[in-house]
Amino acid sequence: MAEEAILGYLAKNQEIADSGEFAAQHGLNHDDVVNVVKSLHGFRYVDAQDIKRETWVLTDEGKTYAASGSPEVQLFLAIPPEGIPLEELQKKLDPLLFKIGRAQAAKNKWVEMGKQLVSRKVQHVDDTVKDLLLQIEGGKVINQDDIKVLKGRKLIATQTWNGYSVRKGPEYAPQRKKFAADLTREMLQSGEWKNLEFKEYNFNAKGQPIEGGHLHPLNKVRHQLRMIFLQMGFEEMPTDRFVESSFWNFDALFQPQQHPARDSHDTFYMKVPAITKELPEDYVERVKRVHESGGYGSRGYEYDWNRDEAIKNLLRTHTTAISTRMLYLLAQKPFTPKRYFSIDRVFRNEAVDRTHLAEFHQIEGLICDKGLTLGDLIGVLHDFFSRLGMSKLRFKPAYNPYTEPSMEIFSYHEGFGKWVEVGNSGMFRPEMLLPMGLPEDVRVIAWGLSLERPTMILYGINNIRDLFGHKVDLGLIKTNPICRLGVD
Amino acid sequence: MPTISVGRDRLFVALGKTYTQEEFEDLCFRFGIELDDVTTEKAIIRKEKHLEEEETSEDEEVIYKIEIPANRYDLLCLEGIAQALRIFSGQQEMPKYNVANISRESMIKMLVKPETASIRPYVVCAVLRGITFDEGSYNSFIDLQDKLHQNICCRRTLVAIGTHDLDTLHGPFTYEALPPSSINFVPLKQGKNFRADELMEFYKSDLKLKKFLHIIESSPVFPVIYDSNRTVLSLPPIINSAHSAITLKTKNVFIECTATDLTKAKIVLNTMVTTFSEHCERKFEIEPVEVTYSDGKSYICPDLSVYSMKVSLSYITGAIGVPLDAVKVTSLLNRMQLSAVQSVSGDNSSDITVSVPPTRSDVLHPCDVMEDVAIAYGYNNIKDIAIAKGYNISKGRAVSLRPLPLEEFSHLVRLEMAMCGFTEV
Repeated sequence: MAEEAILGYLAKNQEIADSGEFAAQHGLNHDDVVNVVKSLHGFRYVDAQDIKRETWVLTDEGKTYAASGSPEVQLFLAIPPEGIPLEELQKKLDPLLFKIGRAQAAKNKWVEMGKQLVSRKVQHVDDTVKDLLLQIEGGKVINQDDIKVLKGRKLIATQTWNGYSVRKGPEYAPQRKKFAADLTREMLQSGEWKNLEFKEYNFNAKGQPIEGGHLHPLNKVRHQLRMIFLQMGFEEMPTDRFVESSFWNFDALFQPQQHPARDSHDTFYMKVPAITKELPEDYVERVKRVHESGGYGSRGYEYDWNRDEAIKNLLRTHTTAISTRMLYLLAQKPFTPKRYFSIDRVFRNEAVDRTHLAEFHQIEGLICDKGLTLGDLIGVLHDFFSRLGMSKLRFKPAYNPYTEPSMEIFSYHEGFGKWVEVGNSGMFRPEMLLPMGLPEDVRVIAWGLSLERPTMILYGINNIRDLFGHKVDLGLIKTNPICRLGVD
Repeated sequence: MPTISVGRDRLFVALGKTYTQEEFEDLCFRFGIELDDVTTEKAIIRKEKHLEEEETSEDEEVIYKIEIPANRYDLLCLEGIAQALRIFSGQQEMPKYNVANISRESMIKMLVKPETASIRPYVVCAVLRGITFDEGSYNSFIDLQDKLHQNICCRRTLVAIGTHDLDTLHGPFTYEALPPSSINFVPLKQGKNFRADELMEFYKSDLKLKKFLHIIESSPVFPVIYDSNRTVLSLPPIINSAHSAITLKTKNVFIECTATDLTKAKIVLNTMVTTFSEHCERKFEIEPVEVTYSDGKSYICPDLSVYSMKVSLSYITGAIGVPLDAVKVTSLLNRMQLSAVQSVSGDNSSDITVSVPPTRSDVLHPCDVMEDVAIAYGYNNIKDIAIAKGYNISKGRAVSLRPLPLEEFSHLVRLEMAMCGFTEV
């Protein structure tokens, strides 16, 4: 009905100036009119322009004052000419009215708050607030200053009215055409097709979704990185042990006991099994000595090393625990150079936020050979990171308990226009390598980074909880692109 | 990684030069520290009180938050960072810290009673004579103690620092351990006397101090330091007394560090005295104290002796991968606060003898020296050794293969198609 009215009107007139007035004049519901106008506009039968009008309406509080008067006047009227004690006045009025009324009356200097009595300061008052509210209710316009006061007291609020002005559109017709959605055999045989309008194809429609499986972006990136390492001649380390002893996770790496990272703040210690049962005792003895008194050219940390601390089990805080085991095994045989890598899960007891989780994945690569230098490390890093698309690197001195020298790796991010940290690296300390039994001229260079960070940058994810963990976004897993790391 | 907050302008005055933020960040990058955040004093307070962000006005003091390596206790305050950077930039030579040459009899004495052995066995002490504080250095002095407590002192469990106005006290001092009810004093920031057991109860509601009560509360005796008039200096590791509190006007400071780990106590004391000795009348001179234990053994504190290390030149150049001569290496090390001289060893090869100062307790092994040479040389000046070039593995050439991009890409596409339910034919 509304559609006929609108199209019919436009056949003879230029425009409908105001949809609100039009609806009133033709006895139509304005909401119906709005819906029809939107639909007609979508099919280009009409051209609709938005009209927005803001009016002031009374809030619920405002409505009560318009009816019974403002609280300050009510308070004023409750004070008899001879005055009244404060408690009695309070009893006469609703507590909220009393509070507001008292403040406003004092502001207007209508009342005197004496020690015993509250009394009138003036003889008579006008209830301007109530008058203004009634005016607004009646649709009158009032000046800006008054509006400001009433708005501040939350007695009025804006109400927006949306409507349209409507003109003929490019596809205007007095009546809507019906489009055929299918071309049928009958239409062809009868020749009817010559007289029909056909609905246009929408090539932007999504189409029927396909059922199928999906792989997680984190593992897609992991796979590509694994391929990169293998192509660079690195051997995979067996990282299938999440639970490790403090000895292999910390002590063997020359990380001192009483180091902040070993606190329960940063490490998950196991309740069951709480301690490890087997350690290579002669090696443990050498590690204890290097912590306590040095040796191998070092002065050591000079503290009392405690075996009870070393046998505590924990969820590994880095895959370097595995690297340490591998290097120890290597030292038990005649020396051969090795390149190792691993990409697996680690656990840190840190506050969870947009970029940190308690469980995440670490990528680690290390080279063990005689005569390695810092220059070699820089060379390997240039090769590795260039395969990830990062060819501009800078190195910053850093600190790890088990590497010296240590370097933080920065790469230039074209998009952000600044240098961002992409990894950590260094040369393992002799205090870590020599107690294992590795020859003195053997050096180990290593580097590591998290798997999550490059994945988030590649896939444009800015909350790590969408990527991994119990709050993972399934939609993200189903719609993420192929990972082309190492391909170009 | 510890972070310290320093006033930017105060820092630049100490550095003797004003930097743009970029220039300063670059200096930090090359040295190995990081400018983590730039904020203002008022913004920090607002954040702590969870107030609304306001527009910053021009005259709010700009604060630099600098992240420093966890093993560099000498960089935990403005004075330490400024000195390290001045030496790194070649603006000054490393100072020589020395213990004042006074007779053993005239040294202030600290006597340790045997009961302390059960709760907190060790103490080391020193005096900063003729010091002048201004508001900045005074705050820095307090902040450094806080930072040391949080880091190396392991939240006061291993070491606790007490600093006192020496002119309000009379030596000799005694370090004792007594039942809590017999210890009575006016603690810092309080107006009345407390017994030590009452104090434990009182501080249960103190946000800052309640975290340290557990260290001594279940012990039958509490550690306490007295002067010869039985004035309490401190109840370690909880609180100092109000009587001996340091003010802006203090001229002579007595520092005591009680501890369960003697090595760390020495490092802590050395950090405190070396850093602030620059404000003393006789710069870089620290007055010693004699500590005597109940077994009769005496020790002079602080121990500012240098640790001597011989490092072969070939080790340094061989590990970094850059050819450097001994002269260059020694000058690089001097910029890193490691005093170095060349010497020639038996087989005619060069050795570098490094004197590691008390401020560099992080230097344990020649590899630490080698790292400092590399830092002073500049990590980004080291030429990378191309992996296919001078690198041998098992005497063969290094591997650095890449697959054909088309092959790799096709494979990835096949996988996606199969996952959509299609079968390859």
